Amino acid sequence: MILRYLVILLILIPIKAFALIEVDITRGNLSPLPVAVSPLSIDEKSKNSFKEILKKENIGSEISIIVENNLKQSGLFNPLNKDAFLQKPDIANLKPRFEDWNLIKAQALITGKVTFVDEKLRVEFRLWDVLAGKEMMALAFTTVPSNWRRVGHIITDKVYERLTGEDGYFDTRIIYVSEKGPKTNRIKKLAIMDQDGFNNKFLTLGNELVLTPRFSPTNQMVTYLSYFRNLPRVYLLDIETGLQEVVGDFPGMTFAPRFSPDGKKIIMSFAKDGNSDIYTMDLENRIVERITNHPSIDTSPSYSPDGKHITFNSDRSKYQQIYTMDSNGKNVKRISFGNGIYGTPVWSPRGDLIAFTKLHKGKFYIGVMRTDGTGERLLTENFYQEAPSWSPNGRVLIFYRETKTNSKGEGFSAKLWSIDLTGYNERMVETVTDASDPSWSSLLGK
Amino acid sequence: MNLSKNLKNTFLILVASLVLNACAVQKKTTGQLQGDVYTGSDTIEYLASGVPDRVFFATNETVLTTASRETLRKQAAWLRKNSKINIVLEGHADERGTREYNLAIGERRANSAKDYLMTYGISSDRISVLSYGKERPVDSGSNPLAWSKNRRSVSVKAN
Repeated sequence: MILRYLVILLILIPIKAFALIEVDITRGNLSPLPVAVSPLSIDEKSKNSFKEILKKENIGSEISIIVENNLKQSGLFNPLNKDAFLQKPDIANLKPRFEDWNLIKAQALITGKVTFVDEKLRVEFRLWDVLAGKEMMALAFTTVPSNWRRVGHIITDKVYERLTGEDGYFDTRIIYVSEKGPKTNRIKKLAIMDQDGFNNKFLTLGNELVLTPRFSPTNQMVTYLSYFRNLPRVYLLDIETGLQEVVGDFPGMTFAPRFSPDGKKIIMSFAKDGNSDIYTMDLENRIVERITNHPSIDTSPSYSPDGKHITFNSDRSKYQQIYTMDSNGKNVKRISFGNGIYGTPVWSPRGDLIAFTKLHKGKFYIGVMRTDGTGERLLTENFYQEAPSWSPNGRVLIFYRETKTNSKGEGFSAKLWSIDLTGYNERMVETVTDASDPSWSSLLGK
Repeated sequence: MNLSKNLKNTFLILVASLVLNACAVQKKTTGQLQGDVYTGSDTIEYLASGVPDRVFFATNETVLTTASRETLRKQAAWLRKNSKINIVLEGHADERGTREYNLAIGERRANSAKDYLMTYGISSDRISVLSYGKERPVDSGSNPLAWSKNRRSVSVKAN
């Protein structure tokens, strides 16, 4: 895609002020920080150039709307209504009149400027601490105009990082399965979109069933399950070139694929003669290694971020439970002991938690536990939901939910949802069609 | 397969059916469910007259019930008579499990059926297995009866 054309020059201007505002993201935030996102100012000439290229009336306003929406969706910020803004964007960016912003109860202010320079989009922006009356951050970068949505996401990431002390997750994408048609015969396609639902693209045509796409940590490759020619196998897809190849061409079904944290291996299940075990394949030399060897069903493997451990689910103790082991398959340990059935463990990118799906008394839960199984915390309960995927900063989980049909079997739908690790800020993620099996990319700039 | 092994298998199956029957007596039969295994016939298609195409499973189970064994014996007899026909055993799960585990359990269910057909003399070369997990329910309902119809292994002619 456009990744490789992206030129982003980050120029850090030294921070002069002490940060007074801080957003604590470890607690559920019941009073989001009031923030004013002033539209990015733009000169007439630049405005007209962008209008011609991007068909957008005012690209400065458009970018600030992206920032605003991102901040709102995070649940940590409350972007204030622009109608109440007293200062013009261009002047605010030069020197905000803090009394004016204070008056509308803004605690943080974001200002900026977009210009058209050498066929490129140049943006500069500033984050201001309104109460202290000081600049907290100022950045500028340049990119191709078609990246304008990413500009909004990058600004949000920088603001989020400055105010929370954590990496952002806005300049990211979601790969998922788009669904259509009756429940008994769903048509499924791979689809990809920006984290905020824009730039949706379908990656397969829907001729064959596809399931469980997962991003590589390097972002350009995706591994997934395809029923091409009625042979369910693990595939690899290059989202830049569209090239697909089978990687799990074993004499039986391969499924439940994920990348190793260095992107060099795929870990997956191989089912044969009624038994599923976990295998890895080195993508460079294609060497296959068997990791588990047990007559039970072992599946849904996921690596720890340091690549030293694997978590998976197995029914070796009769019902599905969560286990951990070393990456060579040694030291298998059951870690889930609560009531119910546990599945789809996914190691947090921060390394300290495992997210999972739990089924207990007819309800499905998304929850987290420490990697030794202690500290189980259920975040959300529903009729059916599963398959959590972590935001790259480990603060948000995205998963999918299916509805209960009525007595006639009607009313089925599948949608993506997200929830903060705190258990707050649960929201539906808008998609153009029904959707399932989401997987969150790493930050695109990294 | 030699005769003594055959006999032994038959004996084992007899014992197993007796045990299962004994359990079944205690299980409640309500409508089209015995325990939570589907016993109705409305979703069943026939490979030939009197040869049902599918068998049903209990929740989280992959073992064959007495009724399933009877169905599979009919399929085996039919397959022996029609030695040119190959089949695909399509294994399925209900929607009350995680997608990946359901793929595995569908595969295991289809293989339960395959193993049984093989003990009745059908060569493994004639049987392939395909799991759909929860992807292809026959009943779109969200209730125990619908789920019981969806936990199944279906024998489909491959040629």
